[in-house]
Amino acid sequence: MDLFEYQARDIFEKHGVPVLAAAIATTADEAEKAATTIGGKVVVKAQVKVGGRGKAGGVKLAENPQDAREKAGAILGMDIKGHTVRTVMIAAAAPIEAEYYLSILLDRSNRTFLVMASVSGGMDIEEVAHTSPEKLAKIPVSAVDGISLAKAKEIVAAAAFPADVADQVAQVLLKLWDVFQGEDATLVEVNPLVKTNDGKIIALDGKVTLDENADFRQPDHQSLVDQDAENPLEAAAKEKGLNYVKLDGQVGIIGNGAGLVMSTLDVVAYAGEKYGGVRPANFLDIGGGASAQIMADGLSIILGDADVKSVFVNVFGGITSCDAVASGIVQALELLGPKATKPIVVRLDGNNVVEGRAILAKAAHPLVEQADTMDGAANRAAELAAK
Amino acid sequence: MSIFINGASKVIVQGMTGSEGTKHTRRMLASGTKIVGGVTPGKGGQVVDIDGHQLPVFNTVAEAMAATGANVSIVFVPPKFAKAAVIDAIDATMPLVVVITEGIPVHDSASFYAYSQTKGTTQIIGPNCPGLISPGKSNVGIIPADITGSGPIGLVSKSGTLTYQMMYELRDIGFSTAVGIGGDPVIGTTHIDCLRAFQDDPETTAIVMIGEIGGDAEERAAAFIAEYVTKPVVGYVAGFTAPEGKTMGHAGAIVSGSSGTAQGKKDALEAAGVKVGQTPSETARLLRAIMGR
Repeated sequence: MDLFEYQARDIFEKHGVPVLAAAIATTADEAEKAATTIGGKVVVKAQVKVGGRGKAGGVKLAENPQDAREKAGAILGMDIKGHTVRTVMIAAAAPIEAEYYLSILLDRSNRTFLVMASVSGGMDIEEVAHTSPEKLAKIPVSAVDGISLAKAKEIVAAAAFPADVADQVAQVLLKLWDVFQGEDATLVEVNPLVKTNDGKIIALDGKVTLDENADFRQPDHQSLVDQDAENPLEAAAKEKGLNYVKLDGQVGIIGNGAGLVMSTLDVVAYAGEKYGGVRPANFLDIGGGASAQIMADGLSIILGDADVKSVFVNVFGGITSCDAVASGIVQALELLGPKATKPIVVRLDGNNVVEGRAILAKAAHPLVEQADTMDGAANRAAELAAK
Repeated sequence: MSIFINGASKVIVQGMTGSEGTKHTRRMLASGTKIVGGVTPGKGGQVVDIDGHQLPVFNTVAEAMAATGANVSIVFVPPKFAKAAVIDAIDATMPLVVVITEGIPVHDSASFYAYSQTKGTTQIIGPNCPGLISPGKSNVGIIPADITGSGPIGLVSKSGTLTYQMMYELRDIGFSTAVGIGGDPVIGTTHIDCLRAFQDDPETTAIVMIGEIGGDAEERAAAFIAEYVTKPVVGYVAGFTAPEGKTMGHAGAIVSGSSGTAQGKKDALEAAGVKVGQTPSETARLLRAIMGR
């Protein structure tokens, strides 16, 4: 889960990373009040989970509370690359002398953690990495050892931070490691990390990505979920414990196993090319235990999607047996009754497939038809969606 | 022959007394795997009867190894306790640890992987994987044993159900070993580790490699194939339709920016001479054409 800048700032503060005074506002009124409390010049910053907001006009300096009110009024409601600005952060304006870059992340390729540090911060760090890689120090960090003071000093030296800030930056690194490890983050990025003209080091903007697998030991993270941004179908699916992602096509997909479902989306998209560009409407993995209830929950989410014109249920019975899946489909349709209105193409293979197909054949539900192969079923589902 | 496991593999089950552990111990026994015991801290000394097999339970992996001579461990322990279980196995210098558990925090898997590297005596497969099977010899994981039998194909895949699907497509030919390496961001055994082992296994004559979006493991595997693998390899990549920034079920299956796309992986594999199918069925047909079957 990616956090908003203000959420990252709050987590930084909790772990002792130096940040500026700030508050959030969802109206121009609140922005003015926040600016009054903070005092002096402030920066009004759009809170969106996408880069390039500065260029899009989502970050403005305000001279006084009245100005903050006007700037916030202009920024709230703005669309930045498809993200509507619902919240702004009002932060104290800092007189900046230098801008640096620091991040700690999971390096998948090398199966370790990695610190990236640069004294050329502020701009797009991918650009720096591309055009002048020598300016970006990359230091692996062992998941067993973490960042000690000695390691922090090594990183600071490798990135050639100036002597007058070296100790402060090393201390910030230790705190950022606390954030990274303590919060089960997969990315903690500070860009820019600034030196103010009185020589202080401050994290001016931050990005944090949290690992949802760690939710069981991070109860506070639940409150960080952005309810507004969640697609209502995705929210409903999450409530049912289903792994669902809304897409923009017309064929509803239900399958078991993440890889098989991803593959099903692709196969439907290929088949759909013949039918005027029919595409998958969603990703939905029902996992190993496809009970009638799970199937009913899954089908009702998909049938509740107005974009869906046909449904493709693609199950390879490994642990799951196909007769259980077939019974699940039949019972789900009974539960849904007249709410089930779209044709459903079912492809079953694997464990107990003969029994499973027999159950569907016997039920002979008018909306359900069976296909022998995954490719054949995808073709039929795409054809039905194009009608 | 087979890779990583064989008919002589002696297996202990960490978490055998839990519901998942018991269920899959039963399935593994039924498919002929030599299960010699289980590990559940605090339950050492018990004996569990599973379908007539009297299986001793130990408190630690070290005790289990000393008493049974086990050389493979499979982990069904819930996410909260999985790290401790894997560390226990590494400390006991267990040669092969297969971690089935789904949903382990990546800080935990990065940590036990790093620990295994410092010790240098344990190979980890997974986490969040279906395990591996050498049909007719040993089945360490949750891959159904009745899809197909033994044969000359080696299979390595990030995905469980796609592994089953591909084994089913090629069921008349059979497999030396099928390995599900898992789709998490940090995994212990990679495509490359399996490709190397299949290349070196005299009874494997052709290889199927299944990848999916996220990371750069497939691109690295492609470079390795070009350099090291002389046996024919066909590939399949899932996730062409996955949008950027959305996690598709597997914690690792996410496209970020321009990296990790299915097209990029397909291009890299094809540049290395690997034939890549558009669907699982087409991939199976490509392999059949190469093998003349």
